[in-house]
Amino acid sequence: MGQNPHSRAVDEHETASLPPVDHFDFSRSGVPLVSGAAVAATTVTSRATKAASGPSRGAAVAVQLKINGVVRNLSIDPRQSILDVLRETLDLTGTKKGCNQGACGACTVLIDGKRVNSCLTLAVMHEGADITTIEGLAQGDELHPLQAAFIEHEGFQCGYCTSGQIMSGVGCIAEGHAHSPEEIQSWMSGNICRCGAYPGIVAAIGDAAGRI
Amino acid sequence: MIPFDFQKATTANEAIAAAQAGGRFIAGGTTLIDLMREEVEKPERLVDINSLPLAYIRPEGDDLVIGALARMSEVAAHADVVRLQPLLSETLLEGASPQLRNVASIGGNLLQRARCPYFRMLDAPCNKRAPGSGCAAIDGVNAGHAVLGTSDACVAAHPSDLAVSLVALGATLQVSGPDGDRTLSVEDLYRLPGETPHLEHTLAHGELIIEIRVPSGRYARRARYLKVRDRSSYEFAVVSAAAALDIDGGIIRSARIACGGVGTKPWRMRASEQALVGRRPDRVAFEQAAQAALDGVRPLSHNRHKVELLPRTIARALEMAGEVA
Repeated sequence: MGQNPHSRAVDEHETASLPPVDHFDFSRSGVPLVSGAAVAATTVTSRATKAASGPSRGAAVAVQLKINGVVRNLSIDPRQSILDVLRETLDLTGTKKGCNQGACGACTVLIDGKRVNSCLTLAVMHEGADITTIEGLAQGDELHPLQAAFIEHEGFQCGYCTSGQIMSGVGCIAEGHAHSPEEIQSWMSGNICRCGAYPGIVAAIGDAAGRI
Repeated sequence: MIPFDFQKATTANEAIAAAQAGGRFIAGGTTLIDLMREEVEKPERLVDINSLPLAYIRPEGDDLVIGALARMSEVAAHADVVRLQPLLSETLLEGASPQLRNVASIGGNLLQRARCPYFRMLDAPCNKRAPGSGCAAIDGVNAGHAVLGTSDACVAAHPSDLAVSLVALGATLQVSGPDGDRTLSVEDLYRLPGETPHLEHTLAHGELIIEIRVPSGRYARRARYLKVRDRSSYEFAVVSAAAALDIDGGIIRSARIACGGVGTKPWRMRASEQALVGRRPDRVAFEQAAQAALDGVRPLSHNRHKVELLPRTIARALEMAGEVA
């Protein structure tokens, strides 16, 4: 890509013809059910039946989002969360789906500079929003200072929560809530790490806060 | 998630008309979207009210006025809130996570739905979700449930921290609806479950919260929020207490106390407040007053610990309030 990504506008209207976003589903407990094609196929059928009961209900909405500096013109199913748009429509899979109910923080992104759970907000509610994901932090090959600090302090084990931790950490530092380990612990409590890499996470954020 | 139509309202009148026609308001959406995904909530139309000019926070005379669309994080950090009603700032920061506070609106916080696990469990009976189906919590896992204001139909505790402190401070709501504007106290926003736990608030169909008004009071400065919970942040209260004291010449002139985690709605402790008037602000007075909060308490099989924890939490919150210089 030789062109400046900031001047690029990508038209995604063709995504309206893709399968419904709910082709992967979540059980009541929020556990992914995408273990087999049969499950997925059943889910598609049940959703299609429900949709058919209200022919005009749920019509797609045109939404413009600026994601990591790139303007995207999208046709959005009103049910799509920002998380689903990032992962399923735009293939920006760095943002992770953990609990899908706002409890774990793995899906954290910055919307207009503020850290939010992207699973709990509908894309249609964010016309014109400026969204930064983990893919938008580095400057070319140069990692964001917090990304570098996570490597330096081993702020992860399996890595699944890491992009959410880093995006939340960027927000935490920007808000001015990274002055002490205790303050960082409290203000990072919306991000769960089941590997228990918290000491490294807290150290990385404290370290990066002094460098940003 | 069941398909729905989406509409963006730009004025309060437009939003109210859309709600009257069957639409459901959405602000931050942190409760509603979650429950829609579980198919506990099944609105046919969402009315996005985020474009309404209701995100203000300002002093008006001695009152603090907070627009319904101000976000929890904005209110908690606002200089006028910290100066005039520090209790609200402290309370907000004890609730949810930083990410949720950045999105959740003040109006939506007050109207968040019950956190009873059976409410979210479609295969369990729940009178709040499916009226007449029964209550799985009464004989189920009910450690987190209420001990005050319960009925045989529902024992779910009200989840909002903010509402507890607003009730303690005697805050009022300005609401707008198809029949015009009206004012009601935050305390009167909530219903007891009785036989109709699916009806949680007293707003009429189509009514929209416009703003919250928090009156000034001599107790506003010495006011603290204590939240006892299973972990030190990002968790709902087992028991919480908002306590505010007006102390003059070493004597308590008046007190305000409300509790969370224990009631089916935010619970004002008037008997405890009365017991403090004219007393010196010491541990003995606080413990005696706190006992008065147990009037009518009705523990369930797994939450008897709240009966012990409630007066202790109140007494400690009063001590914290008394320690404010």
